[in-house]
Amino acid sequence: MSDVLPLDVDGLLSTAEIIVCCGAGGVGKTTTAAALAVRAAEQGRTVCVLTIDPARRLAQSMGLTELDNTPRAVDGIDETAGGRLDAMMLDMKRTFDDIVLQHADEARARQIFANPFYLSLSSSFAGTQEYMAMEKLGQLKTAGTWDLIVVDTPPSRSALDFLDAPQRLGRFLDGRMIRILTAPARAGGRAYLKVFTIGVKVFTDVLNRILGAQALKDLSLFIASFETMFGGFRERADQTYKLLKEPGTSFLVVAVPERDALREAAYFVERLEADQMPLAGMVLNRVHASGAPSLSVERSLAAAESLDEAGGEELTAAVLRLHAERLASATRDARRAEQFHSAHPKVRMVQVAAQAGDVHDLDGLRAIGGELAGGLAASAPAAAAG
Amino acid sequence: MSDFPAVKLHVVSGKGGTGKTTVAASLALALAAGGRQVLLTEVEARQGIAQLFDTPPLPYEERRVAVARGGGEVYALAIDPELALLEYLEKFYNLRRAGAMLRKLGAIDFATTIAPGLRDVLLTGKVMEAATRERRGGGRLYDAVVLDAPPTGRIAKFLNVNTEVAALARMGPVRHQADSVMALLRSNKTAIHLVTVLEEMPVQETVDGVAELRSSGLRPGGVIVNMMRDPLIPDHALADAAAGVLDLAEVETGLKAAGVEATAATVAALAAEATDHAQRVQLEQQERETLAALEQPIYKIPLLTDASELSGLHDIAKRLQDQGMV
Repeated sequence: MSDVLPLDVDGLLSTAEIIVCCGAGGVGKTTTAAALAVRAAEQGRTVCVLTIDPARRLAQSMGLTELDNTPRAVDGIDETAGGRLDAMMLDMKRTFDDIVLQHADEARARQIFANPFYLSLSSSFAGTQEYMAMEKLGQLKTAGTWDLIVVDTPPSRSALDFLDAPQRLGRFLDGRMIRILTAPARAGGRAYLKVFTIGVKVFTDVLNRILGAQALKDLSLFIASFETMFGGFRERADQTYKLLKEPGTSFLVVAVPERDALREAAYFVERLEADQMPLAGMVLNRVHASGAPSLSVERSLAAAESLDEAGGEELTAAVLRLHAERLASATRDARRAEQFHSAHPKVRMVQVAAQAGDVHDLDGLRAIGGELAGGLAASAPAAAAG
Repeated sequence: MSDFPAVKLHVVSGKGGTGKTTVAASLALALAAGGRQVLLTEVEARQGIAQLFDTPPLPYEERRVAVARGGGEVYALAIDPELALLEYLEKFYNLRRAGAMLRKLGAIDFATTIAPGLRDVLLTGKVMEAATRERRGGGRLYDAVVLDAPPTGRIAKFLNVNTEVAALARMGPVRHQADSVMALLRSNKTAIHLVTVLEEMPVQETVDGVAELRSSGLRPGGVIVNMMRDPLIPDHALADAAAGVLDLAEVETGLKAAGVEATAATVAALAAEATDHAQRVQLEQQERETLAALEQPIYKIPLLTDASELSGLHDIAKRLQDQGMV
């Protein structure tokens, strides 16, 4: 791994305007985003970090106790360099409500908010969270208050969801069914709509039978009151997608040295390349390393066994077994990182050591930030692989 | 003797990454052991079961995926909400052609996507159908049904179909279906098991999940602690190791006795590794206590290298049986 291109995290933090942390679920995206934001703020930048679903204690450490969808100043940041950190947690329903309020007068908005179809769409549609994260990012950017915005992405199975889901919602709202259902009102009984109209009739009949008349009424109200907004959704999704391509935006792919996470990271890297989006590099979290790579797994285990046989050196035997386990993990991690590197040689990489416990205070985030900025050399586990 | 003798439907949830699907599949094997018929279902279009049993992607059709110890078979079904709605329309309304037409128009996708709670009613409704089949009805009869359910963060909402669908349908067949699903899920025929690992976030989600299930009138079942590792450091040295004040001289003497070159750097590196390990063991101990306070039965599964292979599934199944879960 000696030829791995290092990722200059401090360089990135001093120039980027938007940093998007993406990757599969459970790889430490939120912690990475928070650590980067803290570091940038303490180096003098005015930073906002947008988190999606932080662990409770991590959220508390940044003062994120209420979910009010507005950035709040984080206490305890060293502001001597002239920087500042604001943090917020995404409230997707509220973000959606805000979009409605922008497009509809209050009476109509209230009608929409009370509609069960809207409630379902704004709280549980797969893709709403991603769409609203993008929407919020666009809003924060437009506000112009911050030099740097660091975004954590929603916890989805696939890292690609972040790129695809917003358009999915846009397509859905701008989609055929919605057009069909709104068409009769818009276009009257024009001939080419006839087949659609038959379809609508079957659809409404079926809905009527299985859900009851009230549901049908709710659906038509939803469609009617939402109608003027539908086209706008796709447009908005396209706009924020463009924002991600602007200079000043950088993607960081976050992964851990495990098969699934690295596969997701590979998909993502390829996708960014195909869409000509700027990839700053990869953060590889939870990498095991050993301080004594020259004491091999086999040698350690053999020594532990001979101590067991002789008796009396229980502690040393345990320590040796531990070392064997740790070195085996380090070797495996290094091999996986190496495999990724040879498949994607141009991707810059920084590795963060596995932590004994979860991070939930600013000091912990500072320590991670320090590692990200070059504390752990990319070649250390490679030496372990020997 | 099984801890859940009356249970016919085993729902398995867990935070992503805790091995929920692996545990669900192993539980199905354990339930099938000795000649019983078990159906393993999934509802998230992930094809996790097919990957685990190394079979081609599962269609919306019950397929045999494994044979259990001492006979017994595990069938699997990947439930698709669109196809479940079509099946529902056909079965109860004889609307096969209309259904096909609606599907072509995208209306079925539309309805299962946007109608609040409809999707979950369809998914749980199909599971219920399989779990309550009777001799005269169509389809294979199962002794037990295992559901590889959505993750812990969403499980109470997913199962609480009644509340979800209430806003949509105050009456009518879907409402009726939701009521029957709810009655089964709240009965003693259903247990909702949660899979976790001994880390802060998964344990916190498990605690939250149990509380949410209880407040929804649902029954939490077992807590399965997966991927457990034995502490390697002897008990008496654990506190010292965690505090970073391990007796270096003792380690050095030991290394010399074993004929390993004991430079100061090596001894210090080994001690640092012991410190990391001991700190993790202590954190795990705290998490264990948190889980014990839930007062739900706890089952322990060690970290296995072959957990995602068939041999590993049989191994876990055996452990669940030995600990009385099945």
